[in-house]
Order: sequence, then structure tokens, then C-alpha cells
Amino acid sequence: MSILINKDTKVICQGITGSSGRFHTEHMLEYGTKVLAGVTPGKGGTRVLDVPVFDSMKEAIKETECDTSIIYVPAPFAADAIIEGAEAGIKLIICITEGIPTIDMLKVKAYLNTQTTRLIGPNCPGIITPGESKIGIMPGYIHTPGPVGVVSRSGTLTYEAVWQLTQRNVGQSTCIGIGGDPVIGTTFIDTLKLFQEDSNTEAIVMIGEIGGSAEEEAAEFIKQGVTKPVISFIAGVTAPKGRRMGHAGAIIAGGKGTVAEKVSCLRGVGVTVVDSPADIGEAVQKILS
Amino acid sequence: MKLYEYQAKEILHKYNINVPKGEAVTDVEGATKIYNQLGTERCVIKSQVLAGGRGKGGGVRIVNTLEEVKDYTSKIIGSHLITSQTGEKGVLVNKVLVAEAIDIKKELYLAISIDRSASKITIISSTEGGTEIEEVSSKTPHKIFKEQINPLLGIRNFQVRQIAINLGLTGPLLTKASSLLKTLFKIFVENDCSLLEINPLVLTPDDEIVALDIKMEIDDNALFRHKDLLEMKDISDTGNVENVATEAGLSYIGLDGNIGCLVNGAGLAMATMDIIKLYGGEPANFLDVGGDAPVERITTAFEIIFTDPHVAGVLVNIFGGIMKCDIVAEGIIHAIEKVDIKVPLVVRLEGTNVEIARKMLNDSKLNIIFADSMKDASEKIIKAVNENK
Repeated sequence: MSILINKDTKVICQGITGSSGRFHTEHMLEYGTKVLAGVTPGKGGTRVLDVPVFDSMKEAIKETECDTSIIYVPAPFAADAIIEGAEAGIKLIICITEGIPTIDMLKVKAYLNTQTTRLIGPNCPGIITPGESKIGIMPGYIHTPGPVGVVSRSGTLTYEAVWQLTQRNVGQSTCIGIGGDPVIGTTFIDTLKLFQEDSNTEAIVMIGEIGGSAEEEAAEFIKQGVTKPVISFIAGVTAPKGRRMGHAGAIIAGGKGTVAEKVSCLRGVGVTVVDSPADIGEAVQKILS
Repeated sequence: MKLYEYQAKEILHKYNINVPKGEAVTDVEGATKIYNQLGTERCVIKSQVLAGGRGKGGGVRIVNTLEEVKDYTSKIIGSHLITSQTGEKGVLVNKVLVAEAIDIKKELYLAISIDRSASKITIISSTEGGTEIEEVSSKTPHKIFKEQINPLLGIRNFQVRQIAINLGLTGPLLTKASSLLKTLFKIFVENDCSLLEINPLVLTPDDEIVALDIKMEIDDNALFRHKDLLEMKDISDTGNVENVATEAGLSYIGLDGNIGCLVNGAGLAMATMDIIKLYGGEPANFLDVGGDAPVERITTAFEIIFTDPHVAGVLVNIFGGIMKCDIVAEGIIHAIEKVDIKVPLVVRLEGTNVEIARKMLNDSKLNIIFADSMKDASEKIIKAVNENK
């Protein structure tokens, strides 16, 4: 079992003809993901990796009955791609694109609040249910099926955590990167709720970083609604104040959003927070045994 | 991207918002010229740096004579201004703003920013202008008002009226302030700001509203559609190295330690710095090469790391997703040929195409210490750097 995606999930790739769209579609297909269509306006009627390409989402859905999409469209056009997907009736959108202007995302988020479509990202590695479906850019081989749900604001740091688990033969139910931008679709809280409800997830790894208050809000939610063990690491204890650390969202502003504050909130509600990013796997293994 | 006060004032002025008359200058002659042009005895000279706390740090001076103008500008231009926000080294003052001094009846606070939790633009206002808002927020939180703007509806008239009322503005001032607020919101959206803070927003004795000091930050992600703002970017604002890095598509921030870091992904880059510190080392930098970096960018990354003379060792930590490990390996090999690395180099690679990458590095016979995990990598680099002392 898993959350949000499984072996039957049918996927459209928005931006399939671009270099990263194509590269990652190839790897998704290799992993066994059912990528049934691609969309690139103006390239309808062609095929990429034998996947049919359509001019619009509406057409692609009509022909293939997909309910999930992944977006590799460049940043200036990505907000539009998300809305096009939602308008066409897609249920789940995973937006990989990095660098979407925040003001565009504010509108997208407000619009999606009026729809049933769920957005993961943007600026995220995607989602994977090991052994079943990979909708994202993560390397497939580092994952293995099992009982741990993983959720993170970071990309490569998620791979690090997953790899530590897999090396200890601790598998994952589903791994989600929710993205490092200030405005994102699915949040820590949304994901924690899904993992709590998923019968096959026994423990949850939550990886946060400096900036914003998503971890503090998650702590509040864990206190009320999560009974499964949560293991966490927060990146950025050495980050200087007022500097944006790569991610648009990773900045300690006005003394807010520090690691210390986040760690203390999480520990306060019983979350196991490790100080070293190298100790995530070991901590999970200990809790599960 | 942060704008200087004088740049922000130019933008507000274009939208017909009252800002004090003045101009930014780079030397005493310029300051003299502007002072004479303004024609008022009392003026203010403000250091143009991208950090707050200038007043307390001695970067702002009220002057009453030309002699004072010359005296102060000759001292402040070219000096390093240290404020509560700059760190010990301070920041270089290249420009000062010479502006008319404004008579103040009341100081207000106004800021527009993005509330991440609510995913909405929020207007923050307070009657307690002129002081640090964090202080007001901790001592008298009831004096801070927040108004959230629905992204689909935009700012509504009742909302700007409410803000004006909260600020104690009534009668003709209510109308004046409402219109000002709508314009400020428009500026925020049209210029893709992430912050527009006016502190203080001043009420003059003849009931004019003037933006006395402005902090304006632009969303870096939106700069592609604001060529005019991009041109305002001062390449001396964060030190040249960081700008070179940005140009090359790298995200680099210099720190005080001696272990250089080359990592892909912001989260992993931060975690790498954290683990170095945890094991007793000190990171020399934050460096995220980003996803899908070409070979040249990896080579440039090494060059940038070595612009810091304190670097006594480098830790490469790559977990390939979009980034392919063989590209990193090729970049490392190129860099060693080009840069002549004399300090220990620890490499930890995992992820996409890792096998090809390991073989390439092994075959290259270069002097590389291999690590198979983050823990192993940080222990090895710290040990190597200590032995090399």
C-alpha cells in the first residue's frame, strides 16, 4: 500500500519534448511507471519514446484517461500548465519546475483551493511508491518497498535519507518531496495526514529546513493527529541569517525560521529529531525494531 | 534581489508616491552639488547599503551646513559600515543619498510581504513607525495589524480603508492613505516584490504622507520578466565571488571556515555544512551546483571555492537525481587539470550514473580520497585537513 500513487497510476508528462522531460520520462518508463501521454503545444501527433504527444491536456486526458500529470514546463509557463491540468480534470499534478515566480504561485494556490486537484511542488523531486510507480526525478534504485513514509522540502537530501533506509533494509511506503518554495501545493500537514491514514505506513520521516514555519505547523498537527512515530532532521543549523540558501524558501528572516526553533517545537510533541543528517536511517531502524 | 533605498525611492516616485527630494552620489563633489540644488539648509545623508540598522550604526546623518556635508560624506564614502545586521566586517559604502529633511508629525509603519503559511500577500501596519518592527511585535503585539489579500480578488477598497483606520487616519487623510495603499499594492505586484517595507511612513505637519525609508526586495524567480530591475543590480552588493557564482548558475555563500563544500541541492548542501560542523570542522561555504549542471559549471564551482584563501580541503557531496554523477566526475577531472588543487579532496558520489563516475575517477589516477557516505566523507575531510596543517 501507499499514498497518492501506485502501480496503476496513469501519467501524462507536460513538457515531454524538452530535454529533462524526455530524460526523466525514459527513467520513469524504465521504472515501470505508466506514462501514457505527453503534452507539448505544437508537437501534437508526434511520439517521444513511443509515448503519444498531444497539443493540450484536455485532448491527452480524453484519449488516455490519465488522472495524474508531471510538469517539466519552463518556469515562465509552468503556472499556466498547472491550471491547464486542473481545468482538464486531472486529480494529481506533480510540478518539478524550479523558479516559478511566487506571485504566480499565489494565484495558482488560491485557484486550486476551489478545485479538487492536488498539487505536489513546485520545485520538488516528485513522488515515488517503491516497486510500483515513480513520478519524478529521483534515482529509482535507491528505493525499496517497505513501511516508512518519507516527506521532505528538499530533493537530494531526501535521496540521502532514503538511501540510508534502503542500506539498512528498511523500505519505504511512499516518498514525497513537497518542494522548497515559499508557496507550495501539498504541505507537510497534508502528507502527514495521508501517512497516518495509510495502513502500510508504520513510521514517518520528515525532513525540513530553515525558513518559514512549515515545521512548526507540522508539529502542532502531529500533536493532535499523528500517532505513528515521526523521525526528523532539519537542515541549516550553520546557515547565516538573512541569506537565501539556494531554495527560495530557505532563509532565516527577522530571527524567525531557525533550526533551534523548529527542533524544539518538534521535540516538544515527541518527534525524534536527529542532529546529524547521517543518523536518519539508524534512528528509524531503532524505532521500528 | 534587494534594492538600495535610493532605487526603491525612484520606483515609488514613478508611481507618484511622495518621497523626499534627493539623489544618490558617489563622492563629495556629487554630494555638494545635490546639497546646493536642494537649497534647504537642513538635509539628511544616508549610506546606501543593503542592510538595516544604518541609523544606529552611524550611517545616517542630519546636516545643516555645506561643511558638514563635505565632512561627513568624505568620511563615510569608502568606509565599512557596521550595523546590527552586517556582521563584524561591515559593508562597504559606495554611495550616499543626499535628501531633503522632512518635518515629522507622526511616524507610521507599513509593509507588504508574502505570508507563506496563508499563501497570501499580507499588508502589515502599525502606528509605531520609526522603530524596529520586531521590537513592536514582541512588546506591543496589539499595535500591529495584518490584512491578507485574496490573490484572486486583489486588494479591495474596504481593506485599504480598514488599514487607514487602524493607522488612526481619518477625514481627508483616510482617502489619501487609501489611495496610497492601493498604489503600493500595485507596485508590489507589478514589480514581483517579495518585500516592500516603508518605515517610517511619515505624516508631515501639513498632512502630506511621505515614504521616508524604503526596503524593497524582488523575487529572484521573477527577474526574467523585469529586465529594468535586473539592470539595477549592483555587482558590488554581496562581494564579487557570489555574483560570479550567480552568473554561472551556482548558488554560493562564503562562510568563515576552511572546508570548501561542493554539493547538489540546497537541502543537502546545508546538511553537508551542518555535518562538517557537527564533527568538529568549519564549512568555508554553501555551494549548490543546482540540478543538471554542465561540466563547465562544476569546474567553475571549484574555481569559486578556491577564491577563498582559507580553504584547506574540499568535500564534494553529490547525490545525483537530475544531476548525473559522471558529469560531476568529468568536472572534477577538468577542475584538477585547470585549478591545480593542492589541498585534500574528498569525494562522495551516489545516484544517477554513479558507477560510470566512480570508474572515471578511479581511472584518472588523481589524488582523490573516496568516501561512501556523508558521515564517512565528513570524517575523512576533517581528518585530512587536520593532518595537512
